Amino acid sequence: MAEKLVIIGNGMAPGRMLEHLLEETPGRYRVTIFNAEPRVNYDRIMLSPVLSGETDYEQIIIHGDGWYIKNGITLYKGHRIVAIDKAAKTVRSDRGITEPYDKLVIATGSVPVILPVPGNNLPGVLTYRDLDDVNAMLLAAQSRAKAVVIGGGLLGLEAASGLNARGMEVTVLHLMPTLMERQLDAAAGYLLERAIEQRGIKVRTKANTRAILGADRVEGVVLADGSVVPATLVVMAAGIKPNAELAKDAGLHVNRGILVDAHLQTSEADILALGECAEVGGHVYGLVAPLYEMAKVAAANLAGRETAGFVHSDTPTKLKVSGIDLFSIGDFADGEDREEIVLRDAAAGVYKRVILKDNRIIGTVLFGETSDGAWFTGLKRKAANVAEMRESLIFGQAYQGGAALSPMAAVAALADDAEICGCNGVSKGKITGAIRAKGLSSLEDVRAHTKASASCGSCTGLVEQLMTLVLGGQYNPAAVQPLCGCTALGHDEVRRLIKAKSLKTISAVMQELEWKTSCGCAKCRPALNYYLVCDWPDEYADDYQSRFVNERVHANIQKDGTYSVVPRMWGGVTSAKELRAIADVVEKFEIPTVKVTGGQRIDMLGVRKEDLPAVWAELGKAGFVSGYAYAKGLRTVKTCVGTDWCRFGTQDSTGLGIRIEKFMWGSWTPAKVKMAVSGCPRNCAEATCKDVGVICVDSGYEIHFAGAAGLDIKGTEVLGVVKTEDEALEHIVALVEMYREQGRYLERIYKWARRVGLDEIRRQIMGDSEKRKAYFDRFVFSQRFAQADPWAERVAGKDEHEFQPMAEIGLPVAAA
Amino acid sequence: MTGVAANDGPTWETGPGRWIGIGSANDIPRRGARCVVTPQGRIAVFRTIENRYFAIEDRCPHKAGPLSQGIVHGRAVTCPLHNWVISLESGEAEGADEGSVGTFALKVEEGQLFISAEALAGWAG
Repeated sequence: MAEKLVIIGNGMAPGRMLEHLLEETPGRYRVTIFNAEPRVNYDRIMLSPVLSGETDYEQIIIHGDGWYIKNGITLYKGHRIVAIDKAAKTVRSDRGITEPYDKLVIATGSVPVILPVPGNNLPGVLTYRDLDDVNAMLLAAQSRAKAVVIGGGLLGLEAASGLNARGMEVTVLHLMPTLMERQLDAAAGYLLERAIEQRGIKVRTKANTRAILGADRVEGVVLADGSVVPATLVVMAAGIKPNAELAKDAGLHVNRGILVDAHLQTSEADILALGECAEVGGHVYGLVAPLYEMAKVAAANLAGRETAGFVHSDTPTKLKVSGIDLFSIGDFADGEDREEIVLRDAAAGVYKRVILKDNRIIGTVLFGETSDGAWFTGLKRKAANVAEMRESLIFGQAYQGGAALSPMAAVAALADDAEICGCNGVSKGKITGAIRAKGLSSLEDVRAHTKASASCGSCTGLVEQLMTLVLGGQYNPAAVQPLCGCTALGHDEVRRLIKAKSLKTISAVMQELEWKTSCGCAKCRPALNYYLVCDWPDEYADDYQSRFVNERVHANIQKDGTYSVVPRMWGGVTSAKELRAIADVVEKFEIPTVKVTGGQRIDMLGVRKEDLPAVWAELGKAGFVSGYAYAKGLRTVKTCVGTDWCRFGTQDSTGLGIRIEKFMWGSWTPAKVKMAVSGCPRNCAEATCKDVGVICVDSGYEIHFAGAAGLDIKGTEVLGVVKTEDEALEHIVALVEMYREQGRYLERIYKWARRVGLDEIRRQIMGDSEKRKAYFDRFVFSQRFAQADPWAERVAGKDEHEFQPMAEIGLPVAAA
Repeated sequence: MTGVAANDGPTWETGPGRWIGIGSANDIPRRGARCVVTPQGRIAVFRTIENRYFAIEDRCPHKAGPLSQGIVHGRAVTCPLHNWVISLESGEAEGADEGSVGTFALKVEEGQLFISAEALAGWAG
């Protein structure tokens, strides 16, 4: 009979412990986890990139739901344990579950420090610990208003940088005179402050928060000097403390954290504690490397295997703010028995300081240039005598032993036990060994097998150098990002070769360009299908099996497998007849939800797939065609009422919007294209956050492009001003055709524009009338093949198989 | 789970070695899928580029997405809701995701597809 292991908390430390335990003694324990957060185990180190938009939650999940099922682990999500009964050996959750245990692991992590100031519980005051905090910040950031981050440490600066990236105006308040004073000396702190301010974040040091202002929600922060910093969002990032309350209430010995020995045993037999809530040898920890080390030791303890136990070692600090390189480890305070070596390069913004005691490194601070961090850490860990290399030590590893080494040679010169990945404690030897033994050839493989660079990712460059070292020319880290795992070629190269080699079918592309898979994958097939549709409009037959379901069935799939239907409403204008037809369809097919969209039309949600053709038939009778609300193509042209009705209107914005929509509907593009036309600079159609927008003015039409109002928020850029409606249409069509021909699949206009350059686009569309005309003509040609209403085609019987099951089977009967 | 809901489909006999006809193999496009509706729920029947046929539960282990609506590549399908990739042969999620769906034995005879009665009878839905 398996022993019962109960774990309180589902963060990275217990997650890693379970991985080790399952490997060491599979089946010994029946595991139950209580997670106060309503979700699975995810990589908390990566919350800052989620906040800044560099990645998303789905990408940072460590253990998906399936992992728990496969390993027979019961995970109670959103259950907080409120009591531990040591005598009965049970725990109880706030939702009334009582669970007995043979072994208990407490991994309750830490809680943020809330400053004891008035107003600290106002709505709009957040902390920065988990995904809920990030989501709340993202919501607040949508207002693009002002944010204050209290605390200029690691977390505070990452939060500030993320909010800044999301378009907020951010001020960091820091109590001490320099930023990150626990990890950086004053000089590096100053450089950091300058680098942070260069990104448009305000920094106020020696800022003592006295109160948070606001009636119903946050309005600002008052400092001790009486000054007020206005804010609609306040993030408290003033430190963390171990979450040891539960253990304390249960009578376990607690100091700062839950006291444990080197084997993570608490004062109570059969109860272990690990992670940020644990205090071992007088230390509590907040960085991932020692927590993962604890996970190893705890797993061995639970497996009944003797180990040397947990040993304290310094962990380097790195800041995950892209573009700012800083590194610090160990002790860097001044002292009589200490010597220091300093290198400053003001022009390059580089500062390096190594602190020595008895000719041994005890601390290192690097700013601006951190590639020698691993080398210094290695020397410090080994307590190597550096007397011999004192003269050149500060220049780094490349300058040891005579001539300067190239970065590759420097990596080659690292000892096999040199630590490459600080988060996961992976050495050089382990990585090179795995590359050789398992024949690894991609960064993803190395991450999967060794965990190196799989947490915060800051050692990715080093890992790639090691791969080059072992694999030689087979590995080229500078190469373009491949389109997907089926090819080594990037999007641009594939597009170029499709034209150059006249490749006109998906199978021809895969054959000629040496695809590694038989028929591609869900990433490359839709991309190739688009490229071929765009490049050979008259010759290529659209491959419906390579289209995402929405574009295959011309409706938007919903979470329950039903679809939503959006008919086109040209320019957002409708009529009694159209509205009546929609009302009739909704009633006839019992469509559960009808909603007005952001693009000025009507969405019918919850339509069964089998009903789609009949719904379209009814809508078609009233003159409706597909609104392409599902397409990587032209979606809507939003308009205001312009000179028809508005006393401010300068041009017929409604008419121009309808004209553009009627001209361009049906065209496929790399990603969706949303447009708008506003009749005056008051901009009621919100044209300045669209892919393409027009602002009408007295003298003509100001054409805008490259806006965004989704994951990213970005105002448009001005393409130029034209005098007539005809010119406006020609310029817009040419711009979209240029994007169609150059864009990478799923790349919105604003990203494409950033890549190829705004000036280049203006030059070709505004400045070169021949080019513009050629783009325009190519678009018009391709529309000859694109403008067929897909709904009418399906009502007439096309792709009938899509909408009906192939068979229906009834109930079984016993065999005669 | 949808549970068992009777429908208008024909009844069939249980027992080892019995098969239920579900239509012509050519009813399914290459690199595509069709559904079979049963009282226990939907089954997705796939046809690969190499003309191999597979039947699995039409219900992604992640968030119950309709796998029959996904893009078919090699011997796998990508779920249309959140891009999990499910092996048509084993029913297991591929890559870093973990989870699986049930598979059903199929056979093709003279261009007609048959699903195993035993597999269907053993499926709780």
